[in-house]
Amino acid sequence: MTSTDTGSRAAAARQVARPIRPLRPPMRRPQSRTRTNLTLGESRTARVLALTALTIGALIWLLPMSWALLTAFKSEADASDPLNWFWPENGFTLEGFSAVWERGDLPLWMLNSLLIAAAVTVITVLVSAMAGYAFSRTRFAGRRWLFVLTVAAVLVPPQILIVPWFQQMLSLHLLDTYAAVILPQTVAPAMVFILKKHFDSLPQELEEAARIDGAGHWRIFWSVLLPLSRPMLAAVAIFVFIGAWNNFLWPFVSTSDPSLMTLPVGITAVKDAYGIQYAQSMASAVLAALPLVVVFVFFQRHIVKSVATTGLGGQ
Amino acid sequence: MTSPPRVSPRSASGQVRRLFSPGLLFALPFLVLFAAFMIWPLGQGLWMSLTDTSLSAHAPSFVGLDNFTEAFKDAEMWRALGHTLWFTVISTVPLVVVALGMALLVHTGLPGQWVWRLAFFAPYLLPVGVIGLLWLWLYQPDLGLYNHLLDSLGLGTVGWLSEESVAMWAIALATLWWTVGFNFLLYLAALQSIPDHLYEAAAIDGAGGWRRLWSVTLPQLRRITVVITVLQILASLKVFDQVYLLTKGGPNGSTRPVVEYIYDVGFTGYRLGYASAISYIFFALVVLASAVQFLALRRREK
Repeated sequence: MTSTDTGSRAAAARQVARPIRPLRPPMRRPQSRTRTNLTLGESRTARVLALTALTIGALIWLLPMSWALLTAFKSEADASDPLNWFWPENGFTLEGFSAVWERGDLPLWMLNSLLIAAAVTVITVLVSAMAGYAFSRTRFAGRRWLFVLTVAAVLVPPQILIVPWFQQMLSLHLLDTYAAVILPQTVAPAMVFILKKHFDSLPQELEEAARIDGAGHWRIFWSVLLPLSRPMLAAVAIFVFIGAWNNFLWPFVSTSDPSLMTLPVGITAVKDAYGIQYAQSMASAVLAALPLVVVFVFFQRHIVKSVATTGLGGQ
Repeated sequence: MTSPPRVSPRSASGQVRRLFSPGLLFALPFLVLFAAFMIWPLGQGLWMSLTDTSLSAHAPSFVGLDNFTEAFKDAEMWRALGHTLWFTVISTVPLVVVALGMALLVHTGLPGQWVWRLAFFAPYLLPVGVIGLLWLWLYQPDLGLYNHLLDSLGLGTVGWLSEESVAMWAIALATLWWTVGFNFLLYLAALQSIPDHLYEAAAIDGAGGWRRLWSVTLPQLRRITVVITVLQILASLKVFDQVYLLTKGGPNGSTRPVVEYIYDVGFTGYRLGYASAISYIFFALVVLASAVQFLALRRREK
């Protein structure tokens, strides 16, 4: 393989990031190159075998969600009928959904999750892009040292920070506020690293014309580099958003007021309240899963790329 | 929130310019958040690990390394660390192998690309709360899907989450279903970047499908496999959410990972100081794992 000089992550991130060069419009690229004749050979048996394996795999993978959907549309009696466990005796119903919706907390938690994930995403992307620009394009005292510190911080598991974060929010009287949930999630050293590498890959000539016209750093950042970086910014934003939308431990520790809970925390908190009401439980799971799955169906290509680009640095 | 940093039109005198250079102003919002929610908590955590800080009212006092000596003698902590390592082993292997298999099959270019990707990747988008509800229902002993299926095959039923010998495997299985799509996508991206001419050359040499897989595709994937494995190990070491939601660490603490032990000690047992000490021991483990992997990687490259 090619470069062996840099750290593995950096090299791999670049290697995978290659398909999304910023100057190329992101949508035009064919979704996947068809290589049937190259990788599978011409054998019909191989094709049939591969297709069979793929179909079985996909069925196994789709089974849990299908079962959840089936349960969600059953009546409670049918859902917990051990004999007619597959097809509901009394037909399908929306009882589960309406019961969950009437409880009223699920829409609230969705809204909380949306607000929190959106705030985390906007702050993280803006702040990380600015820092990435600073590390890539400017010189200031301590720049090298601060960048090394940032890269090293990628190693810190957020799980070990929950105790001090909790203590911090307790002493600032911020527990049970949006700020407490949002702020610690906006520190994303990996995203700073990815964006710095990205800015490094943009040719300097782009800014020189602007600089000759008298543009300062802010103009260059905002009007020249950011517009060129849209695909990369979108990739980072999607990745951060999914992470924040699904984050559990910190929102779980920092909120005890049900009206401030996010979706993953809330549906867990009332799990016991559902008791043996499996249809309701699955209806709430389906509703909670819906937003991101719908988004995925519409933006599949962007999300796939986002994970491929940012995933390596983001964990 | 962030006002545009001022940019001096002409360069001012050296020192002032260095201190208030636009570069620093650009980095400042990040550096402030970084200092407040990463550096400071790391320091505070280290300090707390040397005290008997508690969630109850009494003022914390300095206890030196007592928390650490207690932790090293704490059988529950070692047990929890063992569970974390065991989970890491039994989740990482299938999460890499299955992802590779899926990506190879999808990449053959068979029709229905959209469906395959949706099927394998969509679970990754589910919030862990949904994973909890869903798998509790799938694993439900009397009414759950899997026991129904086993029963109708005449294989008897399994106490998926209630038998000590099974629970961790059941959690690993749910984790595989949930997160394999992520590694699958990384593999797919890597497969797409293998240059065509390698396959063309192999075809000219008369290599068949299997031969091309062994001699072209897999060698080309070696590097990304190492990277995915490293990332997966680091992710698996941090396991908490799905374990907490599916078993709360049970039965009899047999699935409790170390992150849950930190949570239990700190927020159920109120002993924040002791929880901080265990946090740092866990942190040391993560750093150690990263260092080992980094060195192994360097050696391989040489």
